[in-house]
Amino acid sequence: MKIELRNFTKRFDGQAVVDNVSLTIESGEMIALLGPSGCGKSTSLFSICGIHRMDEGQLLFGDKDVTNLPSQKRNVGVVFQNYALYPHMSIFENIAFPLVVQKADRATIRRKVADIAELVQISDLLERKPANISGGQQQRTALARALIRRPDVLLLDEPLANLDAKLRLEMRSEIRRIQSETGITAILVTHDQVEAMSICDRIALMQKGKVVQLDKPREMYANPANMFVAEFLGNPPIRFMPAELHENQMIAGGAALPRPQHLKQSNLPDKINLGIRPEHFGPQFGNEISGHILAIETQGRENLYDVALSDGGVLCSIQPANDHLNPGDTIQWGIASQHLLAFDGQGERI
Amino acid sequence: MPIQSRNFKAAPMIILLSLLSLPLLIMCFYLIVDTITNTQPGTLIPDEITFEHWRFLWQTTENSSANIWRVTLNTFVFSITTATTILAISLTAGYALSRLNIPFRRFFLSGLIMLHAFPTITLIIAIFLILQTLGLYDSLIGVIMVKSALELPFGIWIMKGFYDNVPWEIEMAGVQDGASRFTVWRKLVLPQVQPGMMALLVFSFLTAWSELVLPLVLAPGNKSQVLSVYLATMLADESSIDFNLMKSVGLFYVIPVIITYMIFQRKLMNIYGGGTKG
Repeated sequence: MKIELRNFTKRFDGQAVVDNVSLTIESGEMIALLGPSGCGKSTSLFSICGIHRMDEGQLLFGDKDVTNLPSQKRNVGVVFQNYALYPHMSIFENIAFPLVVQKADRATIRRKVADIAELVQISDLLERKPANISGGQQQRTALARALIRRPDVLLLDEPLANLDAKLRLEMRSEIRRIQSETGITAILVTHDQVEAMSICDRIALMQKGKVVQLDKPREMYANPANMFVAEFLGNPPIRFMPAELHENQMIAGGAALPRPQHLKQSNLPDKINLGIRPEHFGPQFGNEISGHILAIETQGRENLYDVALSDGGVLCSIQPANDHLNPGDTIQWGIASQHLLAFDGQGERI
Repeated sequence: MPIQSRNFKAAPMIILLSLLSLPLLIMCFYLIVDTITNTQPGTLIPDEITFEHWRFLWQTTENSSANIWRVTLNTFVFSITTATTILAISLTAGYALSRLNIPFRRFFLSGLIMLHAFPTITLIIAIFLILQTLGLYDSLIGVIMVKSALELPFGIWIMKGFYDNVPWEIEMAGVQDGASRFTVWRKLVLPQVQPGMMALLVFSFLTAWSELVLPLVLAPGNKSQVLSVYLATMLADESSIDFNLMKSVGLFYVIPVIITYMIFQRKLMNIYGGGTKG
């Protein structure tokens, strides 16, 4: 179902935590609310499921205005960060609870629970108590409980934060699989950009109560709206360095570089900030920039180099693993000028 | 053998503690022995076995005109009603104070602590007058109401502590699953505070069982007498004091307490632990 948030504002003690946010989520789409802690993403989530009242704005599920409906009357499934399973009930009773509340008959409940348990692959755990299953299985149970009513929208609040690294990868793809198999509209709240980029159709990046950019992951990575977005996406993160634009060249990182094609317009400010991602700096792009290696981090498949430039700036480079270089070595590398991201003094993209 | 060595290390402490509690143990031992034997003055060894000290069970004694079975029934009614009243109100009030956004919440909370510390005895004259005006003087209902009211701050405070330990998310999840606040409370929250419920119920029962001052002042008559008052009236009659009879009544009075403790001692510990286990 299509979910629409119109001019949504939420205040706590007069302070706007979410400020005039509008967001449309297409039917069957999975969208991520991404941002640092305190950006208003969880507040938005709790307002959509009805735990928080919206101070201003409208919320539509399909064509239906649910702004003033209590949680119980909105058909929303929620997976909480700590799963919030009911500890005194078995897995079966946990999953069945939404149906029991609806007073569904026993046969229906048994059939539906069996179906959903099969979908999330916990069919053989139904008799156990939540305390006796693993974190990943608790997560699956929480998903099953959220999905059993066939909700209009599925809300996931940091669903992977409590899992260890390996399970996180597994559950990440599981959530995506279950979401696409059920075709349900889903909103994922997370502070982890990898999580958001890897399983969501679109990302809404939030900062200080506003949506800074709403785009497909690939698009947002390649074309960030400002320095905040550029820095938030990508691991290892993007590095910035100041640059001076002259008529035909550009002074940056202690070197004179040709002015890149996409920065040829004459109406640009003289002083700008350049954002350079690690994969766009290295020996394969030329040799205009000189510096020496500060540190090397080996990640198995790749090496990560921190390079100090002659003007004091630091860039990061990621390259296929090799043993040619040591910390302290001087290098002459280049940058892929067509991928340079330029920002003005306020941090907005040029 | 780690367990054994730990026991040996504790041995000096156990011996010391045994010595210190020896007087109490001896008293307890004689409490039981004296109820079924007669002992000549000047000796500690009983010389005959008799059940005459238990005669209060089948006849009224010279010290008290009340019927023991009536008194026992009164005590049970008093204790059970008080305990359930305290539990019922603490369960709901504790939840409200822990979770609901009610006006004057802070005022109520600090009020509770103050009331809890308030010495009952200072209120007794006022309560006496109130009950007499209401026509509840010398009735069980009157004492039950007073005792419950005085124990409530403690009960509410304890229950609030248990509710505070129930994760918010469980309630939010319940509401999301479509359940009303009341259903959430009854089906999802109450089971989490069950250890607290049991502990509070037993605890209130025991305090009511051992309460003396309130029934003595507010319900002294034969019709509404409870065991503590029955025992106290025996003591008050200095002319013909029969220690063995008193010991028998005392033992009779304490048996339900001991049984309750034996059944519920593990649950009672929870009241100060205040946690939920999954």
